Amino acid sequence: MHRCLKLPVALALALFAGTAAAADKPETLTIGITGFLSGPASVFGEPARAASEILLDDLNRAGGIGGVPVTAIWVDEGAGGEHVLSEYRRLVQDVGVDAMFASISSGNCKKVAPLAEDLKILNIMWDCGTQKIFEENSYRYVFRTQANATPEMLSTLLYLLKTKPDFETIAVVNQDYAWGRDSWHIFSTALQRLKPGVRVVAELFPKFGAPDFSTEISRLLALRPDVILSTSWGGDLDNFVRQSVQRGLTERSTFVLPLMESSLQRIGPDMPEGVIVGGRGDHYFLHPEFRDDAAFTAFVERYHAATGEYPIYPVFHIAQALAALQGAYERAIAGNDGAWPDREQVVDAMEGLEFRGLGRTVRIRDDHQGVEDQMIGVTRRDPTYGFAVMDHMMIFPGAEITTPVGMDSTAWLENLPESILEIPVETYRHAE
Amino acid sequence: MDPILLVLATLDGIAYAALVFLVAVGLTLIFGVMRILNVAHGGFYAIGAYAAASLVLSVSGADLNPWLTFPALLVAAGAVGAVLGLVIERGLLRHIYAKGEVLQLLVTFAAFMILEDVQRLVWGVQPYAATDPVRLLGTVEVMGIPYNAYQIILLPAIALLVLVGLRWFLRHTLSGKVITAVTEDRETAITVGIDARRVFTITFVIGAILASLGGALASPTTAIQLGLGAEMIVLSFAVVATAGLGQVEGAALAALLIGLGRSFAVYLVPELDVLIPYMIMVLVLLVRPQGLFAVAEKRRI
Repeated sequence: MHRCLKLPVALALALFAGTAAAADKPETLTIGITGFLSGPASVFGEPARAASEILLDDLNRAGGIGGVPVTAIWVDEGAGGEHVLSEYRRLVQDVGVDAMFASISSGNCKKVAPLAEDLKILNIMWDCGTQKIFEENSYRYVFRTQANATPEMLSTLLYLLKTKPDFETIAVVNQDYAWGRDSWHIFSTALQRLKPGVRVVAELFPKFGAPDFSTEISRLLALRPDVILSTSWGGDLDNFVRQSVQRGLTERSTFVLPLMESSLQRIGPDMPEGVIVGGRGDHYFLHPEFRDDAAFTAFVERYHAATGEYPIYPVFHIAQALAALQGAYERAIAGNDGAWPDREQVVDAMEGLEFRGLGRTVRIRDDHQGVEDQMIGVTRRDPTYGFAVMDHMMIFPGAEITTPVGMDSTAWLENLPESILEIPVETYRHAE
Repeated sequence: MDPILLVLATLDGIAYAALVFLVAVGLTLIFGVMRILNVAHGGFYAIGAYAAASLVLSVSGADLNPWLTFPALLVAAGAVGAVLGLVIERGLLRHIYAKGEVLQLLVTFAAFMILEDVQRLVWGVQPYAATDPVRLLGTVEVMGIPYNAYQIILLPAIALLVLVGLRWFLRHTLSGKVITAVTEDRETAITVGIDARRVFTITFVIGAILASLGGALASPTTAIQLGLGAEMIVLSFAVVATAGLGQVEGAALAALLIGLGRSFAVYLVPELDVLIPYMIMVLVLLVRPQGLFAVAEKRRI
C-alpha cells in the first residue's frame, strides 16, 4: 500500500514544486492603464500618458523589468464607468494583461477594486484619492501607490496653521461632486479639532465644470472671509482663480488651493504671490531635494521637450505606479531565486514594498495604502518661468499625517492629537 | 436679505442672463422657423469660444493694439457661425427636413458630438484662456464690490442690442418678415411663393452666428475647455422651454428669470444653485405646458 502511494505523491510534489519554482518568462509585460483622455479631467490623463511613454521608453532601454520589455495599453475613462469596466474585463481576460493601473476617478477606483479581486489581477490605483477604499474594505490585489485625500488635506491645513495661524473666518468653494464634498469634510473636521472657533462663513459647491463663478465671487467679496479654500482642479480651478484675481478677491482673502500645482503653468503670470498651493504629494518639477538630481532633471527636460510643458502631479503618480510595479517584480524575482515569478508572487511582493518614482520614497503599508510625504508651499513669481513657482515649501512626513491602518479617517481626525501641529517638517526656499 | 446683497445678486444675475440669452435666442429662432431642436447649437457655442480665444491670443501675442481683441471676438464669431451654419444646414439638415422629429434630433446630436471631437482635434485637451478684453475694460465698484465692466456693462448691452436688433429685423425688413411668415404658417408662406429653403438657410446661419457670438463673448470670462458646449446647450434648452419654443422676446425674459434665480440661490440657498434653472422650468411648464409666452398652436386639418 505504502509503496503504491509513493510514486504518485512524488510526482504530484514534483509537479507542484515545478509550478511554484518558475512561471514562463513572457516576451513582454503588458499593463492596462485607465485615465481620462477626453473630458475635463484629460488635463490629468494626457500628461500621465505622455509621461508613461517616456518612462517606459527609458525602462525598456535599460532592459525592462527582469529583462522583459513593458508595454502599456490606455483606456479612456472619459467614456464612462461602464466602458471602463468592460474594457477592464477585456484587457484582463482577452488581452491577458499582467497588471492594471486604475484609475484617476475615485468613482472608477471603487468600481474596479472588487472587479480586480474577482479577476485576481494586480491593480495599482495610480491616481485616485478617495480615502474610503481601504478604510471600508480590504483587498488582496488592490494597492495604492500614492497618498489619499486625508493626508493631502491635513498637510494643507497644517501648512495654513503654521504659516497664517491668525484667521477667524473661512469659506470654501469646491466642485459639487464626491471629491469636492469629501475633501471639505476632511479639511473642516480637522480644522474644527485643531482650531475650534473658526467660523465657516460660506460653503459653496458650484456645479462641476461651471464656467463662471462671478456670483460666488461677489458673495465672497461681500463676506470678506480671512481664508478661502478650494480643492477644485482643471478648468474649474483656472476659472475660479482667474476670475478672483480679476475682481481683487485674492487681495482680500488668503487663498488655499491644494491642487493648484497642476494649474500654475496655465494661469501663467496672472497668479498672485502668497497663495498656499499643493500638488497631491511631494510632486513638483522643481522638487527641492531632487532638482539637482541628474535622473530627475533629465526626465523633466525630456518631458518638456516632448510636451512643451513641465510635469504636473499625475506625471509623478504614474511614475510611482511604474516604479512600484518594477519594484514588486524585482522583489518577487529575487525571492524566487532569480526565476520569473507567477502573478501571486508579484502580488505578495507588493506588500510592504518601498519604491521611489520621481519624488521621495513611498511605502505600501499593511492595508495596501501608500505612505507618501506631502509638500505644500506658497506661490512666488520667478521671471525664469512665465508662471508662478513654489516657495517656502514644507514637506510633511506621510506616516504622521495618514490615518492609521484600520481606522476611519473621520474618527481619527475628530480626535487628532494636538501634537500633530508639532510634527517635524523640512522647509525649503525656492532656489533662483 | 440685506439690500446691498440684493443689488449684488441682481447684477450677477443680469450678467449671467445676458450670455445665456445670446445662445438661447439662436436656438429658439431656429426652432421657430425650422421646427428642429438643434443640439449642435452647443457645438457652435464652444467652437465660437475656442476660435475667439485663439484669435484674441494671437492678437495679444502680436504687437498690435490690444483693443483689437474686441473686433477679433466679433470676427471669430461671425466666421465660425457662417461657415459651420452653412455646412451643417446644406450638408446635413437639408436632407432630413421631411423626416421625423426624433431622427432630426438624433442627427443634430450626432453633429454636436462630431463638433466636440473637432474641438479636441484642433485645440487639444488643455483649457484655453484669453482674458485681455476683460482686463482692458477693468472693474467698476458697486457698493464697494469690484465688478468686471465687461460682464455687467458690455455683455448686457450687447444682449439688449441683439434683442432690439432681432425684433427690428423680424418686423421691419423684408427678409425678417419672410422669416416671420414661415414661422407662423409655413404652408401658406410657401403657397404665396416664399422660398422656404432659402429662409431655412438664412435662419440657421443667423442662429449659428448668435450661438458662436455667445461663445466668443463668453471666452474672455472663462477657461475654454472640453464640455463647455454641453453645459450651455442644456441651460439654453431650459430657457427656451421656459419661454416657449420659438419666442424671441420670451427667451430674453426667461434668461433673465433663470439668471436671477440662479444668482439669488447662490446668496440664499447655495445648495440649490444648480437646480434653480430647472426648478423654474418645471414650475412654469406645470402651469403653462407651452411655455410662458407661446401661443397655443392652431390645429390644422
